[in-house]
Amino acid sequence: MITLIIISTLPILLLYLGLYKAQKSLLPVTLVGLLVALGFAIASYTRADMATPIYSGMMLFNNFAVVFSGVTIVSTVLIVLLSRGYFEKISSHVAEYYAIILFSLAGIIIMVSFYNLVMLFIGIEIMSVSLYILAGIKKTDFASNEAALKYFLMGAFSTGFLLFGIALIYGSSGSFSLEAIRNWVLSQPHHVDPMFYAGILLIIVGLCFKVGAAPFHFWTPDVYEGSPTLITAFMSTVAKTAAFAAFLRLFSECFQPVSDFWVPVLLVITIVTLFIGNLTALYQQSFKRMLAFSSISHAGYLLFAIVALGASSANSVFVYATAYSIASIISFGGLILVQQQSGNDNFESFNGLGKKNPFLAAVISIAMLSLAGIPLTAGFIGKFFMFSGALLQFHLVMVLLAVVNAIISIFYYFKVIIAMYFRDAERDELVVPAYYKFVLGIAAIATILIGVDPGLITGLI
Amino acid sequence: MTVSLLIFLPVIAAVLVLFFKNSAAKHAALVFSLAELVLAGVFLSKFVPNATTQFQIDVPWIPKFGIYFSAGIDGISMIMVLLSVLLVPLIILTTYKHQYKNANAFYALILFMQAGMLVVFTALDGFLFYVGWEAALIPIYFICSLWGGQNRIKVTIKFFLYTFSGSLIMLVAIIYLYLQSPEKTYDLSHFYNLHLSIGQQSWVFWAFFLAFAIKMPLFPFHTWQPDTYTEAPSAGTMMLAGIMLKMGIYGVIRWLVPLVPLGYNRWWDTAIVLSIIGIVYASIIAFRQKDGKRLVAYSSIAHVGLISAGIFAWTYFGLQGAMIQMLSHGINVVGMFFIWEIIGSRLNTRQISELGGIAKVAPKFAIAFLIITLGTVALPLTNGFVGEFLLLAGILSINLWLAVFAGLTMIFGAVYMLRMYKSVMQGETNALTAIFADISGSEKLVLGIICALIIVIGVYPQPILHISDAAVKQLVDQTTMKFYQAKP
Repeated sequence: MITLIIISTLPILLLYLGLYKAQKSLLPVTLVGLLVALGFAIASYTRADMATPIYSGMMLFNNFAVVFSGVTIVSTVLIVLLSRGYFEKISSHVAEYYAIILFSLAGIIIMVSFYNLVMLFIGIEIMSVSLYILAGIKKTDFASNEAALKYFLMGAFSTGFLLFGIALIYGSSGSFSLEAIRNWVLSQPHHVDPMFYAGILLIIVGLCFKVGAAPFHFWTPDVYEGSPTLITAFMSTVAKTAAFAAFLRLFSECFQPVSDFWVPVLLVITIVTLFIGNLTALYQQSFKRMLAFSSISHAGYLLFAIVALGASSANSVFVYATAYSIASIISFGGLILVQQQSGNDNFESFNGLGKKNPFLAAVISIAMLSLAGIPLTAGFIGKFFMFSGALLQFHLVMVLLAVVNAIISIFYYFKVIIAMYFRDAERDELVVPAYYKFVLGIAAIATILIGVDPGLITGLI
Repeated sequence: MTVSLLIFLPVIAAVLVLFFKNSAAKHAALVFSLAELVLAGVFLSKFVPNATTQFQIDVPWIPKFGIYFSAGIDGISMIMVLLSVLLVPLIILTTYKHQYKNANAFYALILFMQAGMLVVFTALDGFLFYVGWEAALIPIYFICSLWGGQNRIKVTIKFFLYTFSGSLIMLVAIIYLYLQSPEKTYDLSHFYNLHLSIGQQSWVFWAFFLAFAIKMPLFPFHTWQPDTYTEAPSAGTMMLAGIMLKMGIYGVIRWLVPLVPLGYNRWWDTAIVLSIIGIVYASIIAFRQKDGKRLVAYSSIAHVGLISAGIFAWTYFGLQGAMIQMLSHGINVVGMFFIWEIIGSRLNTRQISELGGIAKVAPKFAIAFLIITLGTVALPLTNGFVGEFLLLAGILSINLWLAVFAGLTMIFGAVYMLRMYKSVMQGETNALTAIFADISGSEKLVLGIICALIIVIGVYPQPILHISDAAVKQLVDQTTMKFYQAKP
């Protein structure tokens, strides 16, 4: 639990540092703070998973919470490392960025460890409000403002749905506590209050918005495109992982007994999400927008674990989200460098990268192969677990549709590889800063390592 | 001594080759591939040709999900291993006169691909099999698209999509089998003992069939093949046609039929008819080809169609024929593509109509070309004859008419191959071919080895047949027994 306390107080410290113009110390302090928080999280990992709810049953910091805190903190560390020299270019108030990112992370830690619907709501709001600000942090940039406003309006709207859903659940079950709700559901095997069902549906709407699943995905492309690239990376990796962790936790703890009711709904959402994400990504000219749509389709794959809810769901989501986050960080990191050089984020601006920057091209290729789910990369292991879990619950048709989507996705992921290696263009060699090399290299190695020996991270939950 | 040595040597070699200079990479790659050949020779010398699986390795990989790194060699795998370790050094030798850009990456990819294929040929675990299957695909994609011809980008992505679609559906079937197994394992021997209904077996059959049929390729899944073979750099084409397509055939023998015997029993006729349509269809198209490399590509579809038909007949003779024919076809097709690589690189054209009279100016080349052509058309006393004879014998014992149509491959093959030989090599020289330089150095060596293998295997195939004999017999008996058990 110390993890949460550190992550919530760290931003205040950073703001003071900003106040006293200690610009140089911001990044080291953030990193050290995050690593200490990570250390405390890992220390509370227990083999037997004997965690009990704390703070009057508000939170439960069990292994599930530990590993998801771990993956979100590690992703944040990687993103923060990439931010050196990035935020200074956008504005002079650098301390704010670090502080707001960390506030958002505090919300995320709550989201992965909540044990009470109130905490879920608070966590989601802390995360979202921070993200609204981050999306619009380029104050003079039109697209960034548009992104923030769109995100805020849609986000506020969806929060309304979520809150209404929580209210209906409370109204029928008489409690916010996950345990109490679960017991209430189990005590009514034959007839569950229709109000409860309505509550589940509204919560699905709210959460599907947060994870960017169709048909609640309309904000994603514009927000992702308009926000500063590093913020987009944060939203599409850390925030998405957390939203899925919360989604999974809520549905596996509370709503599993009535899964007959909501599984068909989610099944349809999953399939629609896959197709919309993939088919639209096919037509994108901009790499960043392609990543936005591909993140929608990955939300579809992640939903598999919730549709096919079972003992291994948490593990599947964890592995998939980890693989996806690492690969996305590489892609966005690479994009930042390419964008700085060529001024735009079209596929063409990657042309000829393989010749001039073999390292950068190689790591981006690994990321693309991982996102496409090719064996010996982490992405394949993620897809493999998702498919296994879904087949276990006899969703054969859904898996076959997902296979079709995996094939479609080859087109647009390989577009990047083709541009980098097989299309020639006059270009100068990109300067890849050392810390970029470090982050991208580490991430690429992790992708291969998990792909070759998935035992490293499977079985943690 | 376990098979892991054989699998990991090329992986390590691939990484090491990356550190060599471009000029030295081919020598390093050749040395490593020869080391692999020697190692395989040691394995062969210790191999006991009975039906057991030897040199087995079985270590937990992801034990929580029943995934083991489990591989071994029996008689059937042994032939496949020999095929790949024999052909890779030859293929590397064929590139000796060619200077590739970024040669170290090129040879590293070839060695990595060899490792992937060796995994496929020895895997005893469904997950491992799939990983090897894909691990062989990625390098060849990059080989073809980085060092290929004009249209390579479009053609190779088509190739990749085709094979990737097939293999993903196979993956779904493998996971399905895993979930049906009571012990929750990917182990092949457990898969063999599953009791699935005929409906379940049918769909698993088609899922596997699709993956393997695309890889071989069988009609109507062959449309990627001629384009890819034509556009790929010749070493890539040789890897594809010589070794990689055998992954599909091997898959049918080791995985498809034994896993779902009832599904096979229900659908074998469709599969065999598709194979035979492919034979006739590809042969007819081969007649009309003007580009020599493309002609060989289509002839390869016809030959593979015959192997596939022989396997789907599922008789002892047919399978033995398939085993030796896979080896022979690998040798012959590599020779054939090398012949066209020599012609193409010297004259900058592969149009058959523009050539002629080369035999007059290049007698050694003419002899090699002739022997390889004869091997390909399956003249008695060449390696092609043994395999095709056994394959036809296998099909004949099932159905006369199928054998008649399958036999057309030999007749058609003779017609278009000999016609090609005649118009390229015989007749009068023209302005283009008059300056054709005869083969020398590494070319002589490669063609010499290939011709020797063609004749030696053709005259005395017994040692090779002996290697796979017991394993094939056991596999056929074991599967055939299940047909009878299932009958009411």
